[in-house]
Amino acid sequence: MQAKKRYLFVVILAVLLFIVYFGSKSDRKHGEVTLSLQKREFPTYMESEAVDLSSPRRRRESVTSDFKSGKCRMDTCFDFSRCVRGFKVYVYPVLERVSESYSKIISTIQESKYYTTNPDEACIFILSIDTLDRDILSVNYAKNIMPKIAHLGALWNNGRNHIVFNLFSGTWPDYSEVLDFDTGEAIMARASISESRFRPNFDISLPLVGSTLPPKGGERGYMYTSINNIPPLRHYLLGFKGKRYLTGVGSETRNSLYHMHNGDDIVLLTTCRHGKFWQKKAKELNDTRCDIDNREFDRYDYKKLLYNATFCLVPRGRRLGSFRFLEALQAGCIPVLLSNGWELPFGEVIDWKKAAVWADERLLFQVPSIVHGLSQPEIFAMRQQTQFLWEAYFSSMDKIINTVLEIVKDRVKSYFSRNSVHWNNFPGALSLLPEYSDVLHTYPSFYRQFAYKSDNQFTAVVYATSPVLLSSAPLFRLIRTVAKSTFVQKIVVIWNCDTPPPPSYQWPADLGIPILVKTKILRSVSARFYPYEEIETDAVFNLDEDSLLTTDELNFAFKVWKEFPERIVGYPARNHFWDEAKNAWSYTSKWLNEYSMVLTSGAIYNRYYNFLYFNTLRPAAYHIVERLQNCEDILMNFIVSDVTKLPPIKVTHRKVSKETMLPGKAVTDPNYYQTRFKQRQGCVASLTEIFGYMPLVRSRSRMDPVLWKDPVSNLRKKYRQLEVI
Amino acid sequence: FNEVLEAISDSPYYTNNPETACLFAPSFDVLNQNNVRTKALGKLYSLLQWWNDGANHLIFNMLPGELPNYKTTLEVDTGKAMIAGGGFSTWTYRRGFDVSIPVYNPFLENAYLQPKSNLESRKWLLVSAQVGLHSEYKEVMFEVAASEKRFLIMDKCTEGKNWDFKKRCQGTVEYTYPDILQDSKFCMVLRSAHLGHTALSDALRTGCIPVIVADGYVLPFSEVLDWKRAAVVIREENLKDVVEVLKSYSMERIYQMRRQARFFWENYFHSIKAITETTLQIINDRVFPYVAKKYEEWNEIPNPKAVWNPMFLPLIPPSSQGFTAVVLTFNRPESLFQVISKLSLVQSLSKIVVIWNNQAKPPPPMTAWPLIPKPLKIIQTQKNKLSNRFFPYHEIQTECILAIDDDITMLTSDELEFGYQVWREFPDRLVGFPSRVHLYGNESNKFKYESEWKNNISMVLTGAAFHHKYYSYLYTYNMPGHIRQWVDDNMNCEDIAMNFLISNVTGKGPIKVTPRKKFKCPECTNSEMLSSDTLHMVERSECVNNFVRAYRSMPLKGVEFRADPVLYKDDVPNVVKMYTEVGSL
Repeated sequence: MQAKKRYLFVVILAVLLFIVYFGSKSDRKHGEVTLSLQKREFPTYMESEAVDLSSPRRRRESVTSDFKSGKCRMDTCFDFSRCVRGFKVYVYPVLERVSESYSKIISTIQESKYYTTNPDEACIFILSIDTLDRDILSVNYAKNIMPKIAHLGALWNNGRNHIVFNLFSGTWPDYSEVLDFDTGEAIMARASISESRFRPNFDISLPLVGSTLPPKGGERGYMYTSINNIPPLRHYLLGFKGKRYLTGVGSETRNSLYHMHNGDDIVLLTTCRHGKFWQKKAKELNDTRCDIDNREFDRYDYKKLLYNATFCLVPRGRRLGSFRFLEALQAGCIPVLLSNGWELPFGEVIDWKKAAVWADERLLFQVPSIVHGLSQPEIFAMRQQTQFLWEAYFSSMDKIINTVLEIVKDRVKSYFSRNSVHWNNFPGALSLLPEYSDVLHTYPSFYRQFAYKSDNQFTAVVYATSPVLLSSAPLFRLIRTVAKSTFVQKIVVIWNCDTPPPPSYQWPADLGIPILVKTKILRSVSARFYPYEEIETDAVFNLDEDSLLTTDELNFAFKVWKEFPERIVGYPARNHFWDEAKNAWSYTSKWLNEYSMVLTSGAIYNRYYNFLYFNTLRPAAYHIVERLQNCEDILMNFIVSDVTKLPPIKVTHRKVSKETMLPGKAVTDPNYYQTRFKQRQGCVASLTEIFGYMPLVRSRSRMDPVLWKDPVSNLRKKYRQLEVI
Repeated sequence: FNEVLEAISDSPYYTNNPETACLFAPSFDVLNQNNVRTKALGKLYSLLQWWNDGANHLIFNMLPGELPNYKTTLEVDTGKAMIAGGGFSTWTYRRGFDVSIPVYNPFLENAYLQPKSNLESRKWLLVSAQVGLHSEYKEVMFEVAASEKRFLIMDKCTEGKNWDFKKRCQGTVEYTYPDILQDSKFCMVLRSAHLGHTALSDALRTGCIPVIVADGYVLPFSEVLDWKRAAVVIREENLKDVVEVLKSYSMERIYQMRRQARFFWENYFHSIKAITETTLQIINDRVFPYVAKKYEEWNEIPNPKAVWNPMFLPLIPPSSQGFTAVVLTFNRPESLFQVISKLSLVQSLSKIVVIWNNQAKPPPPMTAWPLIPKPLKIIQTQKNKLSNRFFPYHEIQTECILAIDDDITMLTSDELEFGYQVWREFPDRLVGFPSRVHLYGNESNKFKYESEWKNNISMVLTGAAFHHKYYSYLYTYNMPGHIRQWVDDNMNCEDIAMNFLISNVTGKGPIKVTPRKKFKCPECTNSEMLSSDTLHMVERSECVNNFVRAYRSMPLKGVEFRADPVLYKDDVPNVVKMYTEVGSL
């Protein structure tokens, strides 16, 4: 059948080209022909420009029609025109029960910012039919899948622009990779896919995940709670614990592991105990090792082995991928892959060489010498990389699915897509939106890596909500203070007030810097974070109109920010705590020895975070702020700590109470502040839920000027305004 | 083809003994399929002594296919041989097996190009200088060019019989090729008969960013080179949007891609030899993946100022580990014992390691040492070297090391405990107490070492400082130049060396904890101190200047802040504060 098809295609192509060839010859000059005679004069291997005779359009058409299903590529099996209006993802209505894992996938997509309920504007389609497990012996096997797909009607369109997820294919005894239904032109996101079946830059290789993988958040990398030391060696050099199949597909590799097991630094344990009849089977096969293996197997605890081994063997199972892979990654145990021909998870974007060791199944006994050959700094770096990759792309279902979506989006919008540096360096591609910038060094996390010197200036963004009545109004006073800073480049006033701003002549003049008043703004507390084009500096100083800061305080904060360009640097700090009564995270404004947030009513941070705030991958978080018109600063702290995994930085400021009550802010309701505070406590809890974990991190230190409050003359000090209280 | 063979035999992988060879290169010239009788060659191959159906053979072919349909791979029966081919399509390329190579342009082998700076402005946005393009492409391009006058489309010049490869014309205007490419930001590389085209190499060479329009083309060396850094790939259908796409790139990005294009050219494309060597390197990396060249080595243009922090993960070490205090001592048991007793009161201390650097006198008997509730380990060194302080002894089991002199008795437990907590938040930095700063003397053109009363700091002294054990490893095994030797010979400046080392690998400044203290003997009279102090400062300045020479730059970074406890000097009762004994002189 295949051969016939191929033959037919060759014939058609030949006929087609003949027609084209003769057709084009008649209406063309014979320039090309003379050229091809002259080319013999060239003394080198190369002839001059070869002549293109076939029409590119027709070639494209024939390629598109010929390279289907098994030979799909984005060019031939994907309709890019559907994505012109943006990258939107549609999920078919869920009509029947799906497995736990698949429902996690669906809910992740429904919470995504790319989600749409309108199939007409969708670029990508996701089935509501559970295709994860196609092992007919499995409980999650969905029956009658073909008629269901046929039932999808015109939208299915032979799978075009669909992503079909699959974890298991085939069954005992041959575990075929061929699925039992026709996926047509759909992009297959599959686990255990082989290099030969994988359609490069079209399919996506998934890791094998269990149903215990949480929908969000996920287990932290083991190193975050353990040790990252040199020498980076753990108790065991190499570890493995898993099933042994005795016979059949993929059994050879695991069957020979015991040769390397020495019970000392190499601990490779297998067991025959699985399935009901293992003993019978062992006897039939005359496998005498089972008893010895089982005894060794029971001596070691799997988790302990995982956490105490420097390298972990990941041999193929029945299928190419194995659960051991992600387990090793989480444990910071560098995977040693023994699975020839396996297309590694997200291999299109992840550079696994930085985190794993490829070994050859055929050369099993080289493994010890290979891992011995790695230097200590190499192992040190690889182990950190396992942790980075685990937390960035694998620790929860939403990360895996978002990674799939971002990979496809990068293909669709290839001109503004991420390169390997985005994907393989902390904080990872999901935190680095390619729409922000086409150069890497503008992302704060890459400043040092690319020797980028951030601007020596900041833009002050002042959020104003009250009418200005006097020239001594707090807003004008603040503007004058800010303008005195040598580092300010521009002041942007966000005018979120019902009365119009004062006429331009009333504003402070002769400041030497431009003041920009934004009146057409988003009517929301989030407006203070809007990524205005006019903000040209790397640093944004976000201020309230009634901030009582001195120029020295601003300057000092800016200097501190220069050393921590990826964090928020601010003055008043807040903390989060676990509220036992509510069984949830909560918020406190007490003066404590620790803090995990700084308020953005006076905070300096990279302008990238403004962009991230409005383009976050978690739209639900933004909606909370919009609904309450509160907690925008808490969300900002969540967003930044989610990227950096670090606390903000608090700097010194004079503790002064706000002496003036602004007219617009005068609140008569005594319960107002209490309600707002309660809301904020609730925000911390609900944001934690949306993020899937608590991203905030606590700090115990505050940054003060080097000579602050030291018993030396104030004249020696640079930030003198900070000395007076 | 001779050059290919020459390059192979010049490469470190070459052997003349077929018995030990891993890879065989048949000596038939098949660079251009047009010069080859395909059937005969297939037979010829099978006659090779070691052929074995092509296994472990490598065949170089730049121009596959022939009239009329130009297949994208060599139409010769090559069995299991690897093909290093120019112009693979994604359907003929066997991933992880074949190597996609560029099509070398021999016409420009000796062409001279005016050297141009990467930052120079270029007149044209986009040029197309390929000849013999299909009319469909041309139509689209002319349409685009009609609304963009910085888009130059050229073809071969019509006058004269023999067309000159180095001439291109737009109407009657004549341009020199490839010089004209140097005047354009982007260069069109359209699909022609072959998928691979010399226009790509020519563009890279001239720092003209290639705009590749050839669906399904497997870019040269794409297994290791990240083309997103150096080229724009546009689908044939989107050719009409080309100008719009190109205009959306920032100037910064254009400079970067230009540099990258030239980097690719200079390292992997510029000669047949380079192409051959790159191919062999790729195959070598496949066979030995664990010693393979890394992504950065292939793609990153070396930048001495760039920093690759070895502790790139933002880990906050769990406080349960605590820290190991490493005390270097020579002959001062009384104050040493005092230090040990004080240290033992610090909550997070996990162990004290005393480095006994005196070979003449053994350490006092165990009974003489203070009795402390924490483990104490004494290491007798072989030689009195300052570097011993930074040796990564296996007795040190925590990540965090507190290096402390045997006379630092003035730090309180609160201060040390707080210092450790600060280190946990900044584990990739040096976190310490007394600070110093370097200044650049404009007149002397030298750096000067300063100690007192400055508003900024760039070093903390390792007489009392926390650092990650990884830096002890780097100090001992990976310090540039002969700094370690120099420090041991001169018995000075090991702390400056540590500051240089850490700032150099992290690009970050140190962190000073808590306010200034009086550190050295308060009872010493001032006049005596003065002279020895000045001498001391001169020596230290010498060190700084020496190390700058060894690093070929000044890695130290100045900062203007120190870390204090959150509530330090705040107007709250002491009971609320976690660290009260902080900052008294």
